[in-house]
Amino acid sequence: MFSTLKDRVGEVLLPGDEFSCETEDTISLTDRAKPDKVVCGPGLRWSGDRLMVCKSGVLRHKQPNVFWIDSQQRRYVPAKGETVIGIITTKSGDVFKVDFGGSEQASLSYLAFEGATKRNRPNVQVGDLVFAQFIVANKDMEPELACIDSSGRANGMGVFGGGGLLFKVSLGLVRRMLSPHSEVQSDLEQLFPCELVVGMNGRLWVKSSSIQQTLIIANLLQSCDTMTASQRRELFSRVKQGAL
Amino acid sequence: MNTGIWTCQNLKLKSCRWSSPSPLRNLIIEEKSFVPCEDLNYGRMSFKGFNPEVEKLMALMNPKDEEEKEEEEEMSRMQTDITDEEMALRYESLVGSMKKKFVKKRDRAAMEEDLNQNVVETNTKRIFLKPQD
Repeated sequence: MFSTLKDRVGEVLLPGDEFSCETEDTISLTDRAKPDKVVCGPGLRWSGDRLMVCKSGVLRHKQPNVFWIDSQQRRYVPAKGETVIGIITTKSGDVFKVDFGGSEQASLSYLAFEGATKRNRPNVQVGDLVFAQFIVANKDMEPELACIDSSGRANGMGVFGGGGLLFKVSLGLVRRMLSPHSEVQSDLEQLFPCELVVGMNGRLWVKSSSIQQTLIIANLLQSCDTMTASQRRELFSRVKQGAL
Repeated sequence: MNTGIWTCQNLKLKSCRWSSPSPLRNLIIEEKSFVPCEDLNYGRMSFKGFNPEVEKLMALMNPKDEEEKEEEEEMSRMQTDITDEEMALRYESLVGSMKKKFVKKRDRAAMEEDLNQNVVETNTKRIFLKPQD
């Protein structure tokens, strides 16, 4: 099955395509059968004895054994460990309710901030923006966020943002921006001094030295969602020259 | 009599279909997030020195490139003054001398040393011998 998966890397697959494991390639008399471990990422699901595709997109592969479907969507589905930008909606007792753009609101405990104790409560108000990561995110339970990692350090998470603009883009653009050696990131580096917070839920927050620059960057990013790479580079170079 | 007659349909057990244990059942790991698949970077970014703390965080949190990792390893090796072998030799002699320090007077007399300065094990430990009648 590993080999059939590898053959189809780069092809467009549709939901319903399946990869079944043939018994021949795990039982072999010549060499000791060492069945390969396969990590199936988003878009692939193991059901029964077959690997099924459940999203339409392109099959990607990473060494040594990671496969996933590269698909496009705008609605975010929470996954454990991902960092998102959330908006605090209510404050009830010990827990904040955070809206991250999913089907329900996530809960964020007031103790999940760095240096927070029962006496020393974090300074968080309704309407604040938080950069947090999911600690519980599955379809059976209410999602939970935290602004500290497992060792208790914040690592940049928590409340941010005075000034700045929050806007929404597609999930594909977010992944393109965060990928290593990203072109969008290197194009942005050459423009203006600015600060960016990228949430995996499709939310971006930008802050720059003037309101006009902030708006320019926000519009640029929203529009380069639907552009090809060459169009994007052209647009960025025009902005750099000061035409816009 | 009808009560004694069990129709075949009532008694027929549903044929047990044991699904053959799939050979790959334990070898598939499902990963719901894109972050480990695509090695995504850290979410906060700052360009041209707008927010120096975020730039420090970026350097910390982003997975380092392979070239940078190799450079770091070389640097760390150059900075050690004593090699590992030397350290091991020193420890060997240190352990022996520390052991000698805490040995009791009786045992000290019994401790013999080889040419290699290895301590030979002493078998006899004096115990109470019951007097024979």
